[in-house]
Amino acid sequence: MSEDRPTPPPETSPPTTEPRTDAAGQLPALERSVMGSVGVALMGAGLRSARPLQKLVLGSVGAGLAAMAATGRNPLATALKIRQTPQGEVLVSDAVTIGKPADDLYRVWRDLAGLPRLMTHLKAVEVLDERRSHWTVEAPTGTVSWDAALTADEPGRRIAWAALPGAAIENHGEVLFRPAPGDRGTEVVVRLAYRPPGGSAGAIAARLFGEEPAQQLRDDLMRFKREQELGFAPTTDGQSSARAVGGQA
Amino acid sequence: MKAIVWQGTNRVGVETVPDPTLLLPTDAIIRVTSTAICGSDLHLLDGVIPSMEKGDILGHEFMGEVVEVGRDVRRLKVGDRVVVPFNISCGVCDPCRRGLFSACDNSNPNHRMAEALYGGVSGGGLFGYSHMYGGYAGGQAQYVRVPFADVGPHRIESDLRDEQVLFLTDIFPTGYQAAENCGIVPGRDVVAVFGAGPVGQFAARSAQMLGAAHVIVIDRVPERLAMAEAAGCQVINYEQEDVLVALRESTGGRGPDHVIDAVGMEAHGHGPGALVDTAKQRLKLSFDRITALRWALLSCAKGGTVSLPGVYGGLIDKVPMGAAFAKGLTFRMGQTHTHRHIAPLLSRIEAGEIDPSFVITHRASLDDAPDLYRTFRDKQGGCIKVVLNPWA
Ligand SMILES: [Zn+2]
Ligand SMILES: [Zn+2]
Repeated sequence: MSEDRPTPPPETSPPTTEPRTDAAGQLPALERSVMGSVGVALMGAGLRSARPLQKLVLGSVGAGLAAMAATGRNPLATALKIRQTPQGEVLVSDAVTIGKPADDLYRVWRDLAGLPRLMTHLKAVEVLDERRSHWTVEAPTGTVSWDAALTADEPGRRIAWAALPGAAIENHGEVLFRPAPGDRGTEVVVRLAYRPPGGSAGAIAARLFGEEPAQQLRDDLMRFKREQELGFAPTTDGQSSARAVGGQA
Repeated sequence: MKAIVWQGTNRVGVETVPDPTLLLPTDAIIRVTSTAICGSDLHLLDGVIPSMEKGDILGHEFMGEVVEVGRDVRRLKVGDRVVVPFNISCGVCDPCRRGLFSACDNSNPNHRMAEALYGGVSGGGLFGYSHMYGGYAGGQAQYVRVPFADVGPHRIESDLRDEQVLFLTDIFPTGYQAAENCGIVPGRDVVAVFGAGPVGQFAARSAQMLGAAHVIVIDRVPERLAMAEAAGCQVINYEQEDVLVALRESTGGRGPDHVIDAVGMEAHGHGPGALVDTAKQRLKLSFDRITALRWALLSCAKGGTVSLPGVYGGLIDKVPMGAAFAKGLTFRMGQTHTHRHIAPLLSRIEAGEIDPSFVITHRASLDDAPDLYRTFRDKQGGCIKVVLNPWA
């Protein structure tokens, strides 16, 4: 998954806004103080919350941020399962087993223009030619688009792609289709790597606000599985309740 | 329509809510003729199970008549009289095809929530049982929407009364599965059941049906023990006797060959362990109180089975794992795969082997339900099982 990237000479490199650790593996002081206060605020919100689940989540996220500030290390990225390469890329991967043959599932993915139906944060994929395509993604900051090229296409087994140089969000990825043992169908494995705007802090903020790619990928894979196995998504939207809004359709 | 609604911790009420409608072509709408309050509803009542929202309709044990079906429903017709399993299953995923209906991959729309707590996987949806289990509206109501209508509901063709078949929706299969999980050797094995609530009662009678040589039931509520005794079980009141000593004595020092914990995470009990559990639960540091589980592990015979139909929710500690290891125990647990038990258990009812209505102590209307939730929780008035008629 890693690519060789030329390192720009130091004098032309822009001032970094990413929370890079310095030579001693320490986070910059400003970032530490911001994380410390956000962490303490979240811990407070967690303790005040009447709902146990919320308490658990807010409290532990808060404690993580505070600990990160206190130690100057980055345990939170680890605690939140944000995986990073030494080059600063964020890795996201997940897998799901679907009761369908690999060839069927491969065909659905290979239709790149149809991918936005599988991955809801994808707005559009425009096929330019056999290898190249143009991708548009809905991001919190607006739409972002780039050109990508297939780097592998093995029918029924694997599709891989990478953004072409100059992309706003550098990224590459692959999807594997493996026969599951027994009669369970196919294991679909998706691996994505990208360079988040804002570095690890950006990735953490995105995770806290629910726009995080790992969760999006999980949701997308479950939606895909249900589409393939059931032909629809189970829902409770519009069901009866004693709430005025979201009650009856 | 009228429905029982969760209004906040320890508050349920009767409210008028919109009638349910078909949301998907595989749905059916059922006019509920009988519904019951379950011991596990009490975990929702007191907020031990998280992710309830104000306004949620409760209830997962219900039966009735089909009044509307979606255009993709094939097996079920308007007018059919059905019992509905409390768990919702798609019928096509790998767990469903293996008969592990409660582990359905596809029926929980809120899979995220359970995945976050339970190691990246969620079970199937449940009716009226918190948003972690799908947030489906429940059946303590005049009507209910039933998803995957061709998979769950089971037609009742005979003229058995509601009260004889209603418990096929949960507590009878749950007690039965707990006994089945023990792998009882007929005529040889001794089975102990902790908890003489409705599930414990059905577990004890199922153990007898499966040929247990002797069944011992442990509780502290006299009328519950009397009900078990009436079925031919030996009973132990743990407030009057030392449970572990009494079980050793009753089994010639071996311990019961299999132990069923039909209590789960809100066990009473005494001693320092129970106090610590209660304190931690109050502080929301833990969901579970595990007195019954400790006794189960400590009392079980070498090579025995510990079967857990009682619900556990989160993390537990001070588990006597050394005892379990030393004795080579097997653990069996999990939500009931209700779907697979309904037909065989219905045959037993039809054959007159068991009449599940023995467990009913209270009958009421929906309007009386909020009071009965409290009566049932506090085990007052001899309350063991409440059946509600939504149209009374
Ligand atoms: Zn129940
Ligand atoms: Zn399923």
